[in-house]
Amino acid sequence: MSTPQTLYEKIWNAHVVEQRDDGTCLIFIDRHLVHEVTSPQAFEGLRAAGRRVRRPDLTLAVPDHNLPTTARLDSHGQPIPIADPESAQQLEALERNAPEFGIKYINATDAKQGIVHVVGPEQGFSLPGTTIVCGDSHTACHGGLGALAFGIGTSEVEHVLATQTLQLTRSKSMEVRVEGELRAGVSAKDVVLHITGVLGAAGGSGHVIEYTGSVIRALSVEGRLTISNMAIEHGARAGLVAPDDTTFAYIKGRPMAPSGANWDAAVAYWRTLATDPGATYDKVVSIDAADIAPSVTWGTSPEDVLPITGIVPDPSAFADPSKQEAARKSLDYMGLTPGTRMTDIEVQNIFIGSCTNSRIEDLRAAAEILKGRKKAANVKWAIVVPGSGLVKQQAEDEGLDRIFTDAGFEWREPGCSACLGMNPDKVPAGERCASTSNRNFVGRQGPGARTHLVSPAMAAAAAVAGKLTDVRALAN
Amino acid sequence: MKAISRVEGRAYPVGLKNIDTDVIIPAVWLKTISRAGLGKGAFESLRAVPGNVFDDPEYAGAPILIAGDNFGCGSSREHAAWAMADLGISAVIAPSFSDIFSGNAFKNGLLAIVLPQAAIDRLMEVARTYDIHIDLETQTVTTPFQDRFEFEIDPFRKHCLINGVDEIGLTLKSSDAISVYEAKLSADRPWLAPNPV
Ligand code: SF4
Repeated sequence: MSTPQTLYEKIWNAHVVEQRDDGTCLIFIDRHLVHEVTSPQAFEGLRAAGRRVRRPDLTLAVPDHNLPTTARLDSHGQPIPIADPESAQQLEALERNAPEFGIKYINATDAKQGIVHVVGPEQGFSLPGTTIVCGDSHTACHGGLGALAFGIGTSEVEHVLATQTLQLTRSKSMEVRVEGELRAGVSAKDVVLHITGVLGAAGGSGHVIEYTGSVIRALSVEGRLTISNMAIEHGARAGLVAPDDTTFAYIKGRPMAPSGANWDAAVAYWRTLATDPGATYDKVVSIDAADIAPSVTWGTSPEDVLPITGIVPDPSAFADPSKQEAARKSLDYMGLTPGTRMTDIEVQNIFIGSCTNSRIEDLRAAAEILKGRKKAANVKWAIVVPGSGLVKQQAEDEGLDRIFTDAGFEWREPGCSACLGMNPDKVPAGERCASTSNRNFVGRQGPGARTHLVSPAMAAAAAVAGKLTDVRALAN
Repeated sequence: MKAISRVEGRAYPVGLKNIDTDVIIPAVWLKTISRAGLGKGAFESLRAVPGNVFDDPEYAGAPILIAGDNFGCGSSREHAAWAMADLGISAVIAPSFSDIFSGNAFKNGLLAIVLPQAAIDRLMEVARTYDIHIDLETQTVTTPFQDRFEFEIDPFRKHCLINGVDEIGLTLKSSDAISVYEAKLSADRPWLAPNPV
């Protein structure tokens, strides 16, 4: 019998083109997603060196980061020009580069357009057992399908375009096992926030994490995507969830997924991928589902996680002096006083969206709380930004858009939106936002913006209460 | 990539932990289609604080930056490395780096040097008044005093940095091996070819 292997080892081994003496491997890349922000300099580099794209058929381009989320077509069905000249220039560059290099491009007014990490799985472009890269750190998201997916920089984008490979060294492996049963009001987002709190922002450094255990097995694919999406927030290179029947049912019939005889062959292969009994990880962390509450961040690092029932910590309570210093700075930026109950913190803005939480199940969970309710008067701005045009259509078919607009939310076009302060959707300086995105860094949602990361249901609850709230008090 | 083997000069003693990519270069600066000119936006939020080291004439033009754990965590934006290079920084010394940042730094000939916290503490002290010297060949960081700290670096990366190797050019030499792999892949896993949409 061959040595038992982990899911990560199996995917890695299946993609080695060449191995150098020092252990560095040339790894084949099965899927490359391209967006407007991290690609212009890569295409420029190719052009300057007279190089072509080796495998345009394995590459898919879609704009998301820069696009305004307001209406894209005027009343005559004509595209509305983008006001910001720099954004417009970056989007035009992608629109030009994709056809020039023979790459499939989904344009801003196509119903298939959306956030790269929502589009890939939705189109069946992202598949189990594949290697997937994108010039974006949340590429780890696709690991929810059992793909080895990770973010790369622009030089690597250029490298993949030119060679369809990357020079990589193998990461260490970590198992994060979540066992038990989730308590009421606890979603996949709370699980991953909790994991980030336990591991710390650098806890997964140098590792690829496989999320296992009964909690992960019981999650839908969308929930698994949410978990793996934030692998990078605890420092991991990538996240993985073993593909199973739930995964196969999710992929079947998607436009770019295998069909017919290819489908059967693919499933047969995917079934061989799960970690073998007896395989070992470099590190194992166990988490009890009973310890996970609806969670919220208080600071400016995603590791600053508390249950919603918690209180703002006192920086001097941290053992590590540099963490004390960081916590002091965080509280200063966040305008919070130690000892304040999290549920006493008022919010002025609500953002439901981002590649972490903008899929249909996320919108359903938020709508469930908002049904028949209205946002509080002190909430000035509340927006829902579906992850793709198809999610938007589906939500409208289910009548969710009406629930949101009746509650006082704006219903937007798909894109990254207020997840990062790059397009027009920003949180004003000094104001707070309950946000379903993945980063609460200083200035992430706009200069001076104060972010509290939460699940979609918790964001909806915060909108109704006008402050951070325990969703369990509002559950229908 | 430009060749680099030695960095010498003053160092910005920043010291903070978890300096993320939004601190290095905020998203609003990413709307560019060029690699140059990002130094203007580098460390914007730190520079907003009066008396910050970046605007202190004492450190003007410093080629080195000293930071705490997990430097460059967050996004994959290579703009972080470009912005630092544009600011004139050639090396960062920290107890640890995010994986993506250290890759991006390497691709741009920016040294990301890992030293233990005790060495960082000492260098932070020295940096306030004296130059720091980094030698990639001997893998050492030294000060005008007796300090001598050795650091590890992947031998392949060291070779590429010292010789300014074009990594894509290097990989393209393996084109035949890639073609062999691709042929085997379409035979073994034909379902990998995406259905055109
Ligand atoms: S939604 Fe946010 S995290 Fe996701 S790809 Fe867009 S900017 Fe990155």
